[in-house]
Amino acid sequence: MTARVAIIGVGQSSFGKRPNSSIRDLTFEAFHEAIEDTKNLGRKDIDASLVATAAGYDKQRSPAAVIAEYLELNPQPTFLTEAACASSTVALRTAWSFVKSGLHDVVAVIGYQKMTDMTSDAIQEVMGRAGDVMFESPFGTSMPAYYAMFARAHMDAYGTTEEDLAKVSVKNHYYSQFNPKAMFQKEFTLEKVLSTRVIASPLKSLDCCANADGASCLIVANESKAKKFAEQPVWIKGLGLGSTPMSLASRNPPFTGFESALEAARQAYTMAGVMPEDIDVAEVHDCFTIAELIAYGDLGFCKREDSPKMIRDEETHLGGRIPVNIDGGLLSKGHPVGATGGSQIRTLVHQLRGEGGKVQVDGAKVALGHNVGGIGMYTNVTILEA
Amino acid sequence: MGFEQFGFVSYVSQAKIGEFTEYLINNRLMGTKCKKCGKVYFPPRGDCTSCLGEEIEWVEIKGEGKLVTYTQVNFAPTGFQEDVPYILALGQLNSGQHVFARFSKDVLLEQMKIGMAIQLVPCKIDEERVIYEFQMP
Repeated sequence: MTARVAIIGVGQSSFGKRPNSSIRDLTFEAFHEAIEDTKNLGRKDIDASLVATAAGYDKQRSPAAVIAEYLELNPQPTFLTEAACASSTVALRTAWSFVKSGLHDVVAVIGYQKMTDMTSDAIQEVMGRAGDVMFESPFGTSMPAYYAMFARAHMDAYGTTEEDLAKVSVKNHYYSQFNPKAMFQKEFTLEKVLSTRVIASPLKSLDCCANADGASCLIVANESKAKKFAEQPVWIKGLGLGSTPMSLASRNPPFTGFESALEAARQAYTMAGVMPEDIDVAEVHDCFTIAELIAYGDLGFCKREDSPKMIRDEETHLGGRIPVNIDGGLLSKGHPVGATGGSQIRTLVHQLRGEGGKVQVDGAKVALGHNVGGIGMYTNVTILEA
Repeated sequence: MGFEQFGFVSYVSQAKIGEFTEYLINNRLMGTKCKKCGKVYFPPRGDCTSCLGEEIEWVEIKGEGKLVTYTQVNFAPTGFQEDVPYILALGQLNSGQHVFARFSKDVLLEQMKIGMAIQLVPCKIDEERVIYEFQMP
């Protein structure tokens, strides 16, 4: 019985509008890549599958059953894990627990979202209901509106400007050119980002991630299976998961960070025995530009009030102090809610294996993934080591 | 008692604090107070989730407070498209509670300033529906 838990295979579908793809097609694409990424892992070597998605975007109820059927993972255990946009890393945490406890040796984590079957305003309505439906949704809430309120508070408290927010979008879109699975794969100038239409002030269209279809897959294994089925296992060193009240009105000021993220980061750093300055590369949940600045503060990459300076000084660009979202981030990859966390982990695994290509961080040994559910109700932090 | 009359669109019809909408219809802003520990909730709660007390009473809420943060929504979800633009805000009442609500339509985005004084008031949407909103005092 060995103690370490590894990720032995990663995969994702292309993200974006996928008019010819059902949830079966998308998850197959991600699963196929993850299986190919391992060393001859067979279907019967997978002891359980965890399916991650946020309810309400497609019609399939109890989707774990249909995904396990299509990927031929019966009769092994399967079930759904849900934590809004953090679903797939919460499933990864669950998989870690299964493997660490010895209950299972190898577990597949499969995240997906099929969003573009719905209109954009219908998606907004579903997302708005990921706020308190009793006392907040009846006013006409949406995710952009919630994050916009955090952006306004951040600007008021720290002097953050709309240009600072736009710089996050410019950075992340720049790196998406090198990610063949990203939705956009194109650069935008600062002027362009600033000139897009205002969705919820001060957030503009290019301050917001796009709704997308997509899937991701992570294969988790114990140490002996990892050595058998992976050329280069990547080890899970730290895990953290925190929560924040769903209602904005039930939270504590200041409205410039998430208590869930502070708690998740504290747990993960403690478990991994590392400090923020030890992180070589990070993926943070940039569903909106403001969310990336919030993450810098919550993760201790800098003081909260210094987060605008961090983007101005290009400290999170490739070659900077902590490169962040060098796969394009949610802002340019698109955000298929249930698949996003798995996609972030896939990027970090590639980095730790030295397979980052044009965006490889030289000598990356320790990586951090930060995956937020909704307006910070859940935050999951994962620390990986080569 | 139903809760379905609350809001521009309501998603909940049944709740222990259904009387809340009745009070709003009668132009009264009411919260709940725990008879055991005295904690006052706004929006109201059917039980005291703090001390676990199950006996509550309705108390009048003074709506004075200050603006914590806000946004103007230009792109609205299904069911709200005809209302745009509208301003969503988080306020803090002088009695301590944070409240999420829209601003009155006669207040402009340019007038918003974090920290400014605001007043929460009951508001009739139409013959059927009620809500509360922030106004300039």
